[in-house]
Amino acid sequence: MPDAVPTDALVSLRGVSKHFGEGEARVDALRDVTLEINAGEVVGLLGPSGSGKSTLLNAIGCIVEPNEGWIALDGEVVFDNRWQRNDLRRLRLEKIGFIFQSHNLLPFLNCVDNVALVLHLAGRPKGEAQHRAIELLDYLQVGHRRQAMPAQLSGGEAQRVAIARALANRPRIILADEPTAALDSERAGIVMDLLRKLAREQEAAIIAVTHDEKIIGRLDRICRLRDGRLVSTTENRAGPRSETTT
Amino acid sequence: MNLAFRDIRHKLGRFVLTCLGLSLLLGVVVTMAGIYRGQTADALALVRSIGADIWVVQADSHGPFAESSRIPGDTREMIARIGGVLEAGSITLQTVQIGRDGRRLRLQVVGFEPGRPGGPVNMVEGRPITRSHYEMIADRQTGLSLGDKVDFGRRAYTVVGLTQGSVTLSGDSVVYMTLKDAQDLQFDLTPPETRREFARGSQRTNTDIVNAVVARISPNIPAEAIAADVRRWKHLSVLSAGQQEAILVTTVIERARRQLGLFMGVLTVVSAVIIALIVYTMTMEKLREIATLKLIGAPDRTIIGLIVQQALLMGVVGFITGSTLVALARDRFPRRVVMDPGDLVILFGVVVVVCLLASALGVRVAVRVDPARALVG
Repeated sequence: MPDAVPTDALVSLRGVSKHFGEGEARVDALRDVTLEINAGEVVGLLGPSGSGKSTLLNAIGCIVEPNEGWIALDGEVVFDNRWQRNDLRRLRLEKIGFIFQSHNLLPFLNCVDNVALVLHLAGRPKGEAQHRAIELLDYLQVGHRRQAMPAQLSGGEAQRVAIARALANRPRIILADEPTAALDSERAGIVMDLLRKLAREQEAAIIAVTHDEKIIGRLDRICRLRDGRLVSTTENRAGPRSETTT
Repeated sequence: MNLAFRDIRHKLGRFVLTCLGLSLLLGVVVTMAGIYRGQTADALALVRSIGADIWVVQADSHGPFAESSRIPGDTREMIARIGGVLEAGSITLQTVQIGRDGRRLRLQVVGFEPGRPGGPVNMVEGRPITRSHYEMIADRQTGLSLGDKVDFGRRAYTVVGLTQGSVTLSGDSVVYMTLKDAQDLQFDLTPPETRREFARGSQRTNTDIVNAVVARISPNIPAEAIAADVRRWKHLSVLSAGQQEAILVTTVIERARRQLGLFMGVLTVVSAVIIALIVYTMTMEKLREIATLKLIGAPDRTIIGLIVQQALLMGVVGFITGSTLVALARDRFPRRVVMDPGDLVILFGVVVVVCLLASALGVRVAVRVDPARALVG
């Protein structure tokens, strides 16, 4: 594991392997994955079920510790001996935003509090957290639903609130697991365009696991995995399709 | 932002119902503690209301409450003449059961000599007994009112005064009448019995018998010195007030007290198990939310706080509601329920500790939740 990270990439993986179980029950989820993702880039992880996409996303999100290789996020090598469980959570809080397939909003908080919670956990004053949350909800065009509870939102509204929560702390890395799976093609396009715009504006790296062929055209790079190996990385030379405004 | 309160507010109806159920359970624990205290208070109520420094009873007997004691009626004069005795009075005790308004009324009849120790001291209404016969003072618990006529044996007694809190160790209400009336009630034969006894040639039975003589002594004279004087009469024993109370608490009601204490302990354990199950279930229902919290970076203390605060709030609300319900309903219990503030503070502490221990199970589950669980669709 290097003392200094020999790259300027925002997310860097070198020879990352991860297996679950031992002996005959051993499953190799990731095998020698090396990958670099720069600020402002929107990268898609594609592959069949069981190819290691979610494990790779979990490893970048500091949820799964690799058995071999190393991962560096924003210039810091994670999972070495210095990192405790709460340190990793702190890193996730400050540097990583998560967008889930099912929005995973906390059902007992209204929209604005779901977003403000992340800022609250980061120690921001209540007034500042509320102001930032409302600002983000307005930006994502769900400001008028700020007092609604998650159960009262449509799928598209809930996903936009979830995106607002992921962006609240201005993270440098956004991990999205099937962010458009629950949306129709029009809404899926809006969400992806929004993520692209945020990646540019906030100099963030966006890594999305997807099966959704509709959004592939909106990715900067496509990484295909099979049996835990990164089998191809394709630049989207045609560039993203014209953006749809929300 | 307090997540515990937000979650409770979100499922308020369910939380209220859970607390209500818990409050009934904790209310039973509070009631058991109250009955436990009430039994002691009842046992000591009569002894303390008489306020005697010494009890003179039958030789080798533990007094009129623990076992039978019969001594001659002139014992009072003998005791009153001992140096250091300020005043003495004879008393009789007997349990009677009468019918009143279609219900059975169990009463402890105390016969005493008006103007001497042994009479009621906690009168709340009416007047003391002033006539030699057929007047009585009853405790309010009997349901009797001033002026009511009560039939005992062949005679009717008029209620002239009411007391509050005069009960026996078994919870029966106490009524007071003159010593002579009480002796007649206890020992007088009915006319047919008298005729039968006369026909068989037996002599008239001596009815001048009392159960105990109670005395107040000078504060300058040690009770033990007077007791030594009394014990020189071989047919008498002496108990101090402290010994009388100790006999009642440690022997007469000891087994019942232990039974109640054991039952209270079992109920506390049952409450702990139920609280633990509720907290565990509440935690299991929130696993996805807990995983999401971990994933977005919430520290363990936030998640532990969510579980522990809810468990504590549930216990505190349940305890306060349960105690309030018992306080409102305690006069309807057949036995006295004494809600001692010290006991309530101790029980509150026990509930808090139980909630903390019970939440440990939920915390253990929550701390082990894998944040990756939030990513599972």
